[in-house]
Parts: sequence; C-alpha cells; structure tokens
Amino acid sequence: MSDEFDKKIEAKADTIVDAGSVPSGSVPGIDYVPAHERPDQELYHSHSWWTTYVFSQDAKYIGIQYAITAIGTGLIGLVLSWMMRLQLAFPGLGILEPSAYYQFITMHGMIMVIYLLTALFLGGFGNLLIPLMCGARDMAFPYLNMVSYWEFLLAVLILLSSFFVPGGPTGAGWTLYPPQAITSGTPGSSAGIVLMLISLCVFVAGFTMGGLNYIITMLQSRARGMTLMRLPLTCWGIFTATVLALLAFPALLVGCIMMTLDSLLGTSFFMPAMISMGEKLSYDGGSPLLFQHLFWFFGHPEVYIIALPAFGIISDLISVHARKNIFGYRMMVWAIVGIGALSFFVWAHHMYVSGMTPWFGYFFATTTLIIAVPTAIKVYNWVLTLWRGNIQLTLPMLFALAFIVTFVNGGLTGIFLGNVTVDVPLSDTYFVVAHFHMVMGIAPILVVFGAIYHWFPLITGRMLHEGIGRIHFWVTFLGSYAIYFPMHYQGFVGVPRRYFEIYDSPYITTSTLHLNVFITIAALIVGAAQLLFLFNLIYSARAGKKAEKNPWKANSLEWLTPEMPPGHGNFGKELPVVYRWAYDFNVPGADKDYIPQTVPPSEVRSAKVEKT
Amino acid sequence: MDQAALKKLPRGWKSIPSDLNSDQTAFKGVNWGKAMMWIFLLSDTFIFSCFLLSYMTGRGSTVLPWPNPSKVFALDFMGVPVPLLLIAIMTFVLITSSGTMAMAVKYGYEKNRKLCGTFLLLTAIGGLTFVGMQAFEWSKLIFHEGVRPWSNPYGAPQFGSFFFMITGFHGTHVSIGVIFLFIFSRKVFKGDFDSGRKGYFTSMKSDYVAIEILGLYWHFVDLVWVFIFAFFYLW
Repeated sequence: MSDEFDKKIEAKADTIVDAGSVPSGSVPGIDYVPAHERPDQELYHSHSWWTTYVFSQDAKYIGIQYAITAIGTGLIGLVLSWMMRLQLAFPGLGILEPSAYYQFITMHGMIMVIYLLTALFLGGFGNLLIPLMCGARDMAFPYLNMVSYWEFLLAVLILLSSFFVPGGPTGAGWTLYPPQAITSGTPGSSAGIVLMLISLCVFVAGFTMGGLNYIITMLQSRARGMTLMRLPLTCWGIFTATVLALLAFPALLVGCIMMTLDSLLGTSFFMPAMISMGEKLSYDGGSPLLFQHLFWFFGHPEVYIIALPAFGIISDLISVHARKNIFGYRMMVWAIVGIGALSFFVWAHHMYVSGMTPWFGYFFATTTLIIAVPTAIKVYNWVLTLWRGNIQLTLPMLFALAFIVTFVNGGLTGIFLGNVTVDVPLSDTYFVVAHFHMVMGIAPILVVFGAIYHWFPLITGRMLHEGIGRIHFWVTFLGSYAIYFPMHYQGFVGVPRRYFEIYDSPYITTSTLHLNVFITIAALIVGAAQLLFLFNLIYSARAGKKAEKNPWKANSLEWLTPEMPPGHGNFGKELPVVYRWAYDFNVPGADKDYIPQTVPPSEVRSAKVEKT
Repeated sequence: MDQAALKKLPRGWKSIPSDLNSDQTAFKGVNWGKAMMWIFLLSDTFIFSCFLLSYMTGRGSTVLPWPNPSKVFALDFMGVPVPLLLIAIMTFVLITSSGTMAMAVKYGYEKNRKLCGTFLLLTAIGGLTFVGMQAFEWSKLIFHEGVRPWSNPYGAPQFGSFFFMITGFHGTHVSIGVIFLFIFSRKVFKGDFDSGRKGYFTSMKSDYVAIEILGLYWHFVDLVWVFIFAFFYLW
C-alpha cells in the first residue's frame, strides 16, 4: 500500500514536469537538480508610468509602497509619543488636555503595532524579499497583491481621518476595551471609535489578500532545488507570521464588527446594563470579558506576527555579518514554528486582573512560560552563531547585536509578568510599559533598521552613509535604554500607566517625577536621531556611495539577480537553480569565504559543505 | 526525515513530510489559486468559529430567558404553525445547489461548455433562492414579530443581535458567491475558459480550474450553513 502511495506522489510530480532542461554549466552526476515542475510564471507587464510606479503589480514596488506608507504613519505615532512625553515631564505647562492624552496614547499604540510594524514586516519586507529569496518572478497573485496595498492605504486614511471628526479619535487605549470605549466620557466614543473599528476591518481584509500571496508564493513557487529547508530564515519568519495573522486576525475582525454594531445599532454584545451620567443606558446583558478574549486571541499572536519576521531577519543578518553558518538551522525553523503554534494558547495572560476565573490564570501562566523554551533556543543559537565567527561590525551587525541585548532584556521582564502572582501587583504600572516597549517596540524596530541598512543597496543600488548611520545607531540604542530602563523602576515603585499627570502624592516618590523629565529628554533626542536616519535615506538614495553587486557577500538569491536593483521578473531570462542552503560561509576547503546558493557542487569540489 | 522512518508512517501522515521536503512546490500539481482558496477558507473558518463561539458565550451568560426557536422560526402552513418548515426548505435548496455545483465542476473539466454553464446557472439560482428566502425570514421576524437587533418581545436581546449578525454575515458570503456564479456561467457560455482569455482585472489566463475554486468556496458556505442551522434552529 505504501509503495503504491509513493508512486502516486511521484506520478503526480511527473505529470507536470516539462522535459528536464539541464542548467548550463552543470556537471552530470555531481550537480543534481530536479527538473522544472511547472511552466514559468506569466507576468503582467506595465505599459505606463501609472501602472509601473503607482498601480504597480510588481511585488518589489508594492513592498516599497507598503514600507513608505508604514514609516510615514509611524512618524505620526512618533510625534504623538513626543507630545505625551512632554505632558508627563512638564504637567504644569498644560501641553495636553486629559482627553487628548488618551487619544494620543490610543493612536500611538495602534499605529505602532498594526500600521507600522505589522505592515512594514509583512507588507514591506515580505513583498520585497519573499519572491527574491524563493527565486520566483513575482508573488503568485500580483493583482491581489496590489489591491492589498491599496486597502492598507485606505485603512490608514480612515484611521487618520478620525483626527478630524467631531470628538476626535478614540481614547479608549489601543486595546479598545468595552464598555468604556463606546460610553460617553471616553474621548471619541461616537465617531472616533467607529472609524478605528472600520479601519481595522479594512486592514484585515487587505492583509488577508497579501497574506495569501506570501504563503502561496513560498509554498508553490520556489526555484529549482529550493526546498523549504533551504530557505533563508527570513522567509520562515515571515511565513509563520503570515499563518498566525491569517488565523488571529479573524478574532479581531469579529470583535470589531460586534463592537461597531454595539455602537451604531445599540446591540449588547459587550455592553452590560449600566448607569451613565445618572441615567440607565439601553444596553443590557452583554459580556465585556468576551471582547477581551476575542481581542487577545488576536492580540497575543500579533506580538509574534511582529517578532517572528524580526527573528528571521536577525538570523540572516547575524549569519552574513559574522561570516558563519547559522547555528542549528533546523532547530531555528522548528523554534519559529513552535513559538507560532504556542502563541495561540497564551492569550489570557493579558487578562489576569480582568475578573476571569483565577484557575484559568495558572493554565495560561504555564503555557506562557513554555514559550520561553523555544525563544531561549533561538537566543542561544544567535549567540552560538557569533561564537568564533568572523564578526564584521557593520551597521546591520550593530543593530543585530543591539536587538539580541534588547530582546533578552524585554524577554526576562516577560517572565516576571507571565506569572500570575508577580503580575498582579505589577499590572497597569510602568513596568508593563517598559516590558512591551523593550520586547515588541525597540527590539523589532532595531531589526527594521538593521534590515534597512542591509537591504538598502538592493533597493537603490547605493549604500547608506556609514557615519550618519553610526550616530543613528548609538543614539537609538543607548537612548532607548535611557528611556525604558527607568520605567522598570517607576513600575516597581507603583507609578500607574495611562495617567496623564503624575502629581505630588504621598504614594509616589519624587524621584519618579525627576525621572519623567529625564525620560522625556532622552525620548526627544532619540526621536531626533530618527529624523537623521530619514535624511540619510533620502540623501543616500540620491547621492550615496554606489554599491557593488552583492556588497555584503551574502549567499541568498536576492543578491544574485543579474542586475541590482533587480528588474521586472527579478531573474532575467532563466530562473536561478539552487544547490545549497543560504548559510555556506567559511566552509573548510572552499576558496572564498562564501558559497552562493546557485554555485553547483562541481565548482567547489574540495569544500566540505553540510548536506542541506 | 530519512526514508526508513518515512516509510513507517501511516498513509495519511506520509504525505506531510513528503510535501514539506519537496522541491519547488509543496503541493504537487496543485493550482496556485486552489491552494490559496483552501488557505483562505481556513482563515474564514476562524471568522465563523469566532462568531459562533461568541454566540455560545453570549447565550450562555445572559440572565434573561432565550427565545424558543421552534416557536420563533415557525411558519404558518394552512393555519398551523410548523416549526422549522422554512429553514428545512432553505437548507434543502442550499445543499442541492452544492450538488449542482459539483456537477458544474465535473462538466467543466470535461470541457462540456453547455452543461457546465447550465449547472453553474442552476447553482446561482439555488443560491439566489436561498438569499431570497432568508430575506423573507428576516422581514417576517422584523415586521411581523417585532424582532430587532437590539431587542425582541421574547426575552434576551442578544437573540436578535446574534441572529441577524451571523445569518447576515453568512448571507453576504452566499450573495458574493451568487455574483461570481453568474459571472462564471457567462464566461463559460462565452467560451472564455476554452480560449484562455485574459481576465479583465488580473490579466491572467482563464482556466476551468477556476470553477473548481469557486466550487470550494460554495461548498464551504454550505458547510457553514449546516453549523449555523444546528446552533440557531436546533439548539
């Protein structure tokens, strides 16, 4: 029976093989590569400026569109955080009204998590890198991919339009908890919240279109010889994050639809009977806890939707810039997949103080701590990759190292917060703020910077300015520690989060007030360094040093295109043929310190490569 | 995984490592669009699961009595209220349309244009009938029995909320399917799938596999209805 089944699988493969074209220059017997399984992808060829640069169906352009939109939105989030910091440091100046403070906190959180990081990692880097790294001509469904970007832009515009409606944007906090989110007294409880919910629904719809593309491209459209276990870890990170997104966003969508109905139609999904301003509201019998479950069933995987692409990208940066193969590649892949799977079983650790049954808390504390295992494996493997590597302290490497430090830091405080008994006194203090900014704010954004410094030559053909980059790195890295380290202390002494003004009180030591001034100054400096980075991007794109081909001497396919930046269809006339994984650095017996994925074994006979 | 260990695996599991270890494509010979539809449906399953789980929690946690479905949804037939009558007809029509859809897929692969187009048209009409009966049921509940999304004369206000939201979301799925069924049957009759004419928006070649992909969606919508039927009308 089993042989029969094997034959069936083989027969299936045979039916679609076009009679094997042997790649040029390969030596029969040594250089084995399976034949083509499918005909070359048909592409849409643009004819005008509009279809080339604006309504582009080329994944590379869509990726850049995604990235620019996300970064532009992120800048708004940055300015919002400046305003909040100024208010916290100098409450006497009356910079913000209390309602504005809540609105800014909400918009800052939502913009940074969804519209900057999710969109940048998956929409930006995903679109740019997946087809190139897999050796595909483009995404599987270019038209759908284009629609995905325009829906994302629409979602951003709807979100930003809430600044201009009566009542302003919602001030419910990024978690949007009902009943307060849609009850009068919360800023933006009528128009603002509805626009936020609609924007999220549009984002989910747009993301689904993009996400299906990433998955199908990676599963079904790889180059000859490119097995899944030869893919760079960047691809694995983005792939798993996309799967998480496709399974987690439904909960957000459902929660958003239900709250929109509560707000507009007066249904009572999440709204209990309550008295507001001395009057009994028409709501009756809903469950606020239900929203929290739906939100965090999305919200916790969302953390890993951001973190997993960061894990993948960082693995590649470390390997390339330490000139050493990634330690434990398979372990890294399974750790990514394992973290992704576990992330669906931990959501209620965000709800220890929400009033759910305490027994639940112990279950979720256990699953939360189990996630530390694959995560620790990844950290050890990064460190072991560095061990005895030929470490090049290039800009991407600096950011990669900073990521490891920051991530470990934020991860350790996560172990504190994952335990119910430790979490209860710490919840809703600045300790939580410090934890999640370290682990899913600063750490991923450092990866974003590292990745931009690394792949900028691929996009523009020029290098980013080294000197400006180093100033940017040190200010950002040390500055973000100056911002978030004191917050841990503030949390321990009990400063509550989401208060727009910390005034003299017998319960709060005056040192925390001085710390607030210090943090704000650090935040302003770090923010200014980002403007320097933007200047570097614009300046270097126009007048930067011309990059040679494959400037970092990397192995993966995105650097091996005939032209750089890659043209329409990515790989010229013939698609690349892959003989190895992307991590053959400093192989004993090889002439050079790297062997690109397309080099056949016959050319490096003396090299003792790992079998992949 | 080495070959010996692979051979020991039970039959269904064997394909998993072989798919994942394989070169170029994970699912051999599977059309991209078809694979995409399966993964989309997985995501959509999560949407409907979230809806239905919310419904169960909402129904479980409300303090007011839940309306009796066999009374609320009964249809007067010759003066006698018959429970589940309309729903039985709706379900029958929708599941029959799944059958005609399967026929359309079969005739599509046989390149039998006339029968393929006819069965697609029949499926579309089935779907349209379903949506029409649903509209009738909604209007009966709203105008005759005074059920609103925010309140109803029987008890817990969440009854109307969940009912209109979930059946409405499902009805939207059916309506989208019906629109595509009409478009596809027109394309079949015109011969677009034989000539491989390029799509107006996507500029990709038309292929009969598109009918199977639409079929996957259609069967999924039917399957979801079975769950909605069970949870709203039988519980």
